[in-house]
Amino acid sequence: MIVPSFVAETLAVMLLVATLVWAVARPRGWPEAVFAVPAAALLLVLGVLPLSLAGAEARSLAPTIGFLAAVLVLADLCDRYGLFEAAGTWMATGSRGKPVALLGLVFVVASVVTAVLGLDATVLLLTPVVLTTVARLRLRAKPHAYACTHLANSASLLLPVSNLTNLLAFRASGLSFARFGAIMALPWLAAIAVEWVTLRRFFATDLVGRSEVEVATPLTIPVFVSVVVALTLFGFFVASLFHVNPAFAALGGAVTLAVPALVRRRAKVRDIGLSLDVPFLAFVLALGLVVKAVSLHGLSSLVVRMVPSGTSLGSLLLVAAVAAVLANLINNLPAVLLLLPAAAAAGPGVVLAVLIGVNAGPNLTYVGSLATLLWRRVLRRRWEDLPTSEFLRLGVVTVPPVLLASTVALWASLRLVG
Amino acid sequence: MIQPVRAVVWLVEGTWQGCLDAAAQILPPDTQVALLHVTPSDVGEITEAATAGLLGRAFRTHRPTGHFEEVADEEASAILQAAATRLGRENTELVHRRGRVEREVVSAAQGVDLLVVARDGDRSRLGPHSLGHATRFIVDHAPCPVLLVWPDEAPGIESIPPPPPGHHPPPHGSYPEGP
Repeated sequence: MIVPSFVAETLAVMLLVATLVWAVARPRGWPEAVFAVPAAALLLVLGVLPLSLAGAEARSLAPTIGFLAAVLVLADLCDRYGLFEAAGTWMATGSRGKPVALLGLVFVVASVVTAVLGLDATVLLLTPVVLTTVARLRLRAKPHAYACTHLANSASLLLPVSNLTNLLAFRASGLSFARFGAIMALPWLAAIAVEWVTLRRFFATDLVGRSEVEVATPLTIPVFVSVVVALTLFGFFVASLFHVNPAFAALGGAVTLAVPALVRRRAKVRDIGLSLDVPFLAFVLALGLVVKAVSLHGLSSLVVRMVPSGTSLGSLLLVAAVAAVLANLINNLPAVLLLLPAAAAAGPGVVLAVLIGVNAGPNLTYVGSLATLLWRRVLRRRWEDLPTSEFLRLGVVTVPPVLLASTVALWASLRLVG
Repeated sequence: MIQPVRAVVWLVEGTWQGCLDAAAQILPPDTQVALLHVTPSDVGEITEAATAGLLGRAFRTHRPTGHFEEVADEEASAILQAAATRLGRENTELVHRRGRVEREVVSAAQGVDLLVVARDGDRSRLGPHSLGHATRFIVDHAPCPVLLVWPDEAPGIESIPPPPPGHHPPPHGSYPEGP
């Protein structure tokens, strides 16, 4: 090591903080990787993170990043094939103009999309369609908007593909794809049920009346893309049975959709390249390396003390709570990277409790989101646009019961599926 | 009975027809009527907050996400047009605003003689839940007289739950006697 140990430790922590601050503030709108990649490189050059360890970390992250890339492309192609548009028409027709029925269908679609195509797909691709659908039906949009954004987090518990945090934890947990899904099915359903009961009550006065508009667009089911997505999902489970990395199923699905799309000029090569989101993939790798350097220099022992190792109900609840608090303080991506080594050592049950915390927790303050948003507004001096207290009030009434219900479900699930 | 010269009628999805019909019955034919619709801006904030939470995805979240605001504006104009036709009066003005709904309505009601709003909450029974959050704020903060209408038929008085046991209001006309 070129620099003394205490300098290395301070530098690693400072660079992690700076990476996160940059990612939140995004000076001049530059991507997060613009800071994160040089930060990781600096730690390597100074020997704070030894090359051998960095190589090992990169090798263990590579399949995860590949999996993520395949899912990003898959979701984007689903959009190009009109899957989300069709879901919008289906929800509009199926609701028969009743707001509560529409909210129910939004719950079904958002939960399934999040579980199978990941939270990015729900936030970036499905939510705009839902909002347009609601506006066309001339119903009030707010409950449906919250349903999408909340479920993007809390319904991302089911499968490794549902959330990047899950993908990161999936490797560390040592579970197979099918087993992960089997254990997380109950916690996933518990989270959705709690969200339904709370949102339904919270927005009771916004879910009254009936749409006066007839749905004009006929529903045409995009058969090809639906079949490919179903086969991809099936492929995840089959791959895990044969101990093949399920990323290949995602890759297969993406290629199957991409080739005809390219041939029929539904998408250009450039579009697919853009949907890969290389800066994001680079950011994940760089953030992983920076966090590794931080854990190497003392923080890991602190984290081990923070994460209880038992799988009793009490310690699972404590793990989920710690993870939720950390996710609200520093965003869930760095939170899961920090907590994983200690959690993985304690076994898959603890890893999954961490996931409940980091996935459902961010609905509390949207940090990541609310703090990020506030901070950007402060930077732009747009004081008058600060969000209402509604975010926080809804977060306070949903997140603690979701954490409790999902963790109790996990505890039961671990005993049933074990 | 007030004789409003200028009135604002606030129209909301789902209740606007009833609200408009009630206003048409009450307002004299020569009243200048402004039909108001406000598109909420906080829906955009909710989705903005959700995308802000996606750490590391700056590259993709720059992309415009859908055309919700356009559609919302189109539907707002359609509601206002349909309302103007339904009202069928000459001196009608159409006002479309965007922002915090309750604040925009209160500000649009400044300097007018009457604000007409409909109950927009749970309309199955009489009670505080028949006012949604925005309407409650508007009734509390309006800078002018407010006409609060039931957009459809008002539920019967029997929909008020009975008083809790042990609560005995004094009978009519009898007040405790002074010393």
